[in-house]
This record gives sequence, C-alpha cells and structure tokens, in this order.
Amino acid sequence: MTNVIVLADRADGALTKVTLEMLTLARGLGSPVAVITGPGADADAARATEYGAASVVLDPAAATEPVGRDVDLLAAAVAHFNAATVLVASNAAGKETAGRLAIRVGGGVVTDAVGVNADGTAVQPIFGGAMTVTTRVAGVAVVAIRPSSVPAEPAAGAGTVVALDVPASDRRRAQITASVEGQRSSRPDLAAADVVVSGGRGMGSADGFALVEQLADTLKGAVGASRAATDAGWYPHRFQVGQTGTTVSPQLYVALGISGAIQHRAGMQTSKAVVVVNKDREAPLFELADFGIVGDASTVVPALIAEIERRRA
Amino acid sequence: MKIVVCVKQVPDSWSERQLRADHRLDRDAAERVINDLDTYAVEAALQIVEQHGGETLALSMGPASAEEAVRKALQMGVDAGAVVTDDALAGSDAVATARVLAAAIASLGADLVVMGVESTDAKMSVVPAMVAEVLGWPMLTQAQALSIDGATATIERQTATGHDVVQADLPAVVSVVEKFNEPRYPSFKGITAAKKKTVDVLTLAGLGVDPTTVGTAGSPTSVAAAQPAPTRGAGVIVDEDPAAISALVDFLAERRLV
Ligand SMILES: Cc1cc2nc3c(=O)[nH]c(=O)nc-3n(C[C@H](O)[C@H](O)[C@H](O)COP(=O)(O)OP(=O)(O)OC[C@H]3O[C@@H](n4cnc5c(N)ncnc54)[C@H](O)[C@@H]3O)c2cc1C
Ligand SMILES: Nc1ncnc2c1ncn2[C@@H]1O[C@H](COP(=O)(O)O)[C@@H](O)[C@H]1O
Repeated sequence: MTNVIVLADRADGALTKVTLEMLTLARGLGSPVAVITGPGADADAARATEYGAASVVLDPAAATEPVGRDVDLLAAAVAHFNAATVLVASNAAGKETAGRLAIRVGGGVVTDAVGVNADGTAVQPIFGGAMTVTTRVAGVAVVAIRPSSVPAEPAAGAGTVVALDVPASDRRRAQITASVEGQRSSRPDLAAADVVVSGGRGMGSADGFALVEQLADTLKGAVGASRAATDAGWYPHRFQVGQTGTTVSPQLYVALGISGAIQHRAGMQTSKAVVVVNKDREAPLFELADFGIVGDASTVVPALIAEIERRRA
Repeated sequence: MKIVVCVKQVPDSWSERQLRADHRLDRDAAERVINDLDTYAVEAALQIVEQHGGETLALSMGPASAEEAVRKALQMGVDAGAVVTDDALAGSDAVATARVLAAAIASLGADLVVMGVESTDAKMSVVPAMVAEVLGWPMLTQAQALSIDGATATIERQTATGHDVVQADLPAVVSVVEKFNEPRYPSFKGITAAKKKTVDVLTLAGLGVDPTTVGTAGSPTSVAAAQPAPTRGAGVIVDEDPAAISALVDFLAERRLV
C-alpha cells in the first residue's frame, strides 16, 4: 500500500483537529505515516495511532527554526517511505513547509485543499468557493489541507515508531530568538473552531466587542474580527479573519456589523452556514447569508442570546 | 545594501474573475494592477534604504505588461526595475515561478529580498519560501516588523498567542504582511522621476534557465478539471423583530448549532 505522510500540526503540545482530519483523509489514500515534531512529540504518538497512523516518526527536540527542521525530516521521510503524497495543515507554517519541501524533493504544491482523490489529485475551492478545481501534481504532491474539510474519525492504526536518522543541517537558517506571549484565550482556536462569531466596524467600539464575545461564548465558538475592527484596535490583530488573516471554515459563521469586502469573504466563504446581522440591507455579505437579519447588532445580539438561553432553560 | 523587491502583476481583486477554457486565469477579463500586498514589501524596502542607505530594485516575472507593476514600484521610489518575460514562461506554477525569480535574483545580486505575503490571484503564500529554498538562503516569512542591524535581519511574526522574534544572517528572503506599514502613494515628483528610470528585460537565455523547467512543461502542477461549485440556496433575510430572533434560533436549532 502506498504511504501517505502527514505532518502533525500541534498547538500547546497536542495534535490539533486538522491533524486528526488529515490522518482520516490519509487513511483513504493509503497507509498514513505521522511525522510529529517539537517538544512532547512522543506523547502525541498514541493519539495519532488512534486516528490511523500506521507508522510514526518522532522528533521531540526543540528547534530554533521548526519549519527548517520539519522540511529536513519530511524530505527524509519521503525518501524512506517512498511517499508520493505529503499532507500539511494549510496555515502559515504549513504553507512555508510545503513550499520548501516541494523544492527540496522535486514536487508541486496545492494550498487550501479540501480533499485528495484516490488518484492523488487535490481538490481546492477557488474564487472564494465559486469554483472547484482538481489539480494533478507531477512528482511528490505536497498538499496543504484546510481545517474542517473532512470529519475526523478514529480508527486504530499500528503506530509503529520508525526512527529516521536526520542529522542537523548545515544550511543557513533563520532562528527564533524570542517568543512573546500575548493574552491567552480560553475560547476554541479560531482556525479550527466549529463556530466563529466575528465583529466588524459596525460593533462601534472595543466595548462593542464584549457583545461579540458573549455571543461566541453562548455558542461555544471562537471570536473573529474584520480588519476594520482590528485596525481600530478594538480586537487583537491575530483574530482577523480574511485574506491576510485566518481562513475559517466552521459549521457556523456569524458576522456582526461586517460589510463583506472581498478580502473578508476570502477568509470565510467556505463556512457551512452563514448568519449575517447588518443594519444596511445592501451590505454585500447578505449575498452569502443563509440567514440574515437587517438590524442593529447592539440590540439583535442581546435578544438572540436571551432567546437561546430561554430555550435552554 | 542592495534590496530586490518582488512584485507581481495581478487582475484587480475587486473584479469578477474567471477561468479560460484551458483552466488558466483569464487575465484579460480584468484590469491588471500591482498585487496590493506587494506594495507593503516595496514600502518596507524603501524604509530600510532610507535608514541604512543602499539601492532598491523591483523584479517581476510575467508577460511584457508586468513592466507596469514594476513602474508602479518605481513611482513609489524604487531605483530600478527588471522584468523576466519570455514566451516559454506561460503557464508557470509556483515552483516554476520560484525557479525563475531565484535565477534572476542570483544574477542581479542582492543582500535582501522582500516579497509580499501572498499574490491575490494565486493566493498560495508559497513563492517566497520556495525562492529562499532554491537560493539556499534563510527565510523570514510573515514579517509584521523588520529591522536590519549590520548583516542580520530581524522580524516579528505573529503567533497564535503573541509573536516570535526571528533572526537571520543576510542575504535572506523576507515576506511581509499588510499589518507592516502603510504603503506610500506615488508623489507627482515620484511619477515624473519614474519615467527616467530603467526597467531591464531579462530573458531565460540571458539567465541561463532551461526553458523546459518553466512554463507549462516545467510546472509540476496542472489543473485537471474545474467546475462551478454547487451554489448555495438563497438565504432568508428578515428585518429585526422578535419573530426574526425566534426564526434565527430555529435555524440554528435545526442545524444543531445551539
Ligand atoms: C491588502 C488588504 C488586505 C485586507 N485583508 C483583510 C482581511 O484579511 N480581513 C478583512 O476583514 N478585511 C481585510 N481588508 C479590508 C477590507 O477591504 C475591508 O476594509 C474590511 O473588511 C471592512 O471591515 P468591516 O466590514 O468591519 O467595515 P465596513 O466595511 O466599514 O462595514 C461595517 C458594516 O457595519 C454595518 N453597521 C454599522 N453599524 C451597525 C450596527 N449598529 N449594527 C449592525 N451593522 C452595523 C454597516 O452597515 C457596514 O456594512 C484588507 C484590505 C486590503 C487593502
Ligand atoms: N510572477 C511573479 N513576479 C514577481 N513576484 C512574484 C511573482 N509571483 C509571486 N511573487 C511574489 O511572491 C509573493 C507570494 O506569492 P504567492 O506564493 O503566489 O501567493 C508575492 O506577493 C510576490 O511578492
């Protein structure tokens, strides 16, 4: 059976949801090889095995340039397992890894993919979801998979740990010299959340974002923001959804006071259900809405929270 | 210090985009503009030269019209330009593009290469990393701040919870995000001065790039099929009132979202 390599995406020392989704996807294509890197990697081998990893490659060393080290390991894994497909998460680090690996091993890259067919072609939405493109890759196919593209389903694999001898590279590399921690959020990770509630300029102020947070908490979702809101300093930049922010694909995307500029749509257009609240009936985001309310977010949101709580009681 | 800024010419992202019968982007359907994210790279390069001295060069690969994107960078204040254009380049994917840009950078010489984080047409965010890998240079992706100290470049890169400080020795490749700066508008003086600046045309033969390694033939990816995605049914749009709120909660409940 052909081997399919999955580079584990990790956060806070645990495998993220997209990693389990990629392992599920890889099982449909062949025999999944999980490559898990970074401190605590060994502890995640069991979880990868629960989701079908037939083989596991571990590199628990801390690297000052994790992407470079990942590329070295993946290149060695591609050779060892004679793999034709490598899956990575379609986020900033994943795309950098994909680009460098394709050059290193002689292959091509597809980003923002939502699936891989049995023949190795990758499926990707383009033009903000208006079209679906199937891409063939000559050589090793390095495919960056969007979170929430396929449901993660457990199915135990053999989980055989394979040791690869990958000496430290003598390439000139960047180094992470410091990591500055911002405020931590107790909410789900934006990129992987099933529910995202985003606020825009229509929330009016930083205080207005308290309402966005309240609705997100009521729906157990993550908070997002438009660039107008992050630029105004109402919410931190790292929560920006869109072309130059995070791409989300949740079961439910709620947009409060967001007009729907093309750059914002680019980051949320493949959401499964979209709810829009905007006081301007002509706001372009209504075109994408499955359910839209023309109204003032500052009164719609409290009423919505109250109604959800009334029904839960 | 010599800084090369890579700028791409793209169809205006505000226009309707479509694919041609051969699955390539129809570049004639929309006005062609400089990739707006690359103007942040131009601004970053100009600021570094203002602080440390040196020269800037804008580089683009594409059809002859790509010179217009380079001209825009010259109007902003970049010193000189170069365009790699060649019939054999048609259909180049990210890998082929990176090969060509890397060959041009190697031939032009640079201490620092600054690129945008993403092209608004291809939307891949992979070319800068690929160029660095081809050149064998360190890569500083997604910079939201950049400083140069002697022969070291330092950037800040946003993380899920804060930011990392990342350093590399020059020469290096940096990609910048749009939170970096506010790109300047070309001044009247800048527009006049740009007319006198030279844009060199580079060919594959001149760069010593084998034409079979670029274009459709040299690109590992090819589009096998393209279909319109199933359109979502028209949504329900209602005015704010208690019934609307109740209907919205019904909508969420039907989908098991509450
Ligand atoms: C290079 C580049 C990259 C970009 N990347 C991104 C990106 O990644 N993400 C992003 O979001 N944007 C991005 N943008 C910005 C984008 O073009 C828009 O400017 C931005 O998305 C607008 O945000 P907004 O919808 O919150 O604000 P606006 O467009 O000002 O819309 C505010 C909306 O709120 C409504 N409103 C006002 N008051 C209320 C109220 N009380 N109740 C309900 N509704 C109300 C208004 O009717 C209006 O529709 C980018 C731009 C550029 C140039
Ligand atoms: N044809 C090109 N000419 C010049 N620069 C390019 C070209 N293609 C990509 N780039 C650079 O690479 C960045 C990322 O592009 P991409 O990987 O296509 O999203 C862009 O912002 C440009 O700086």
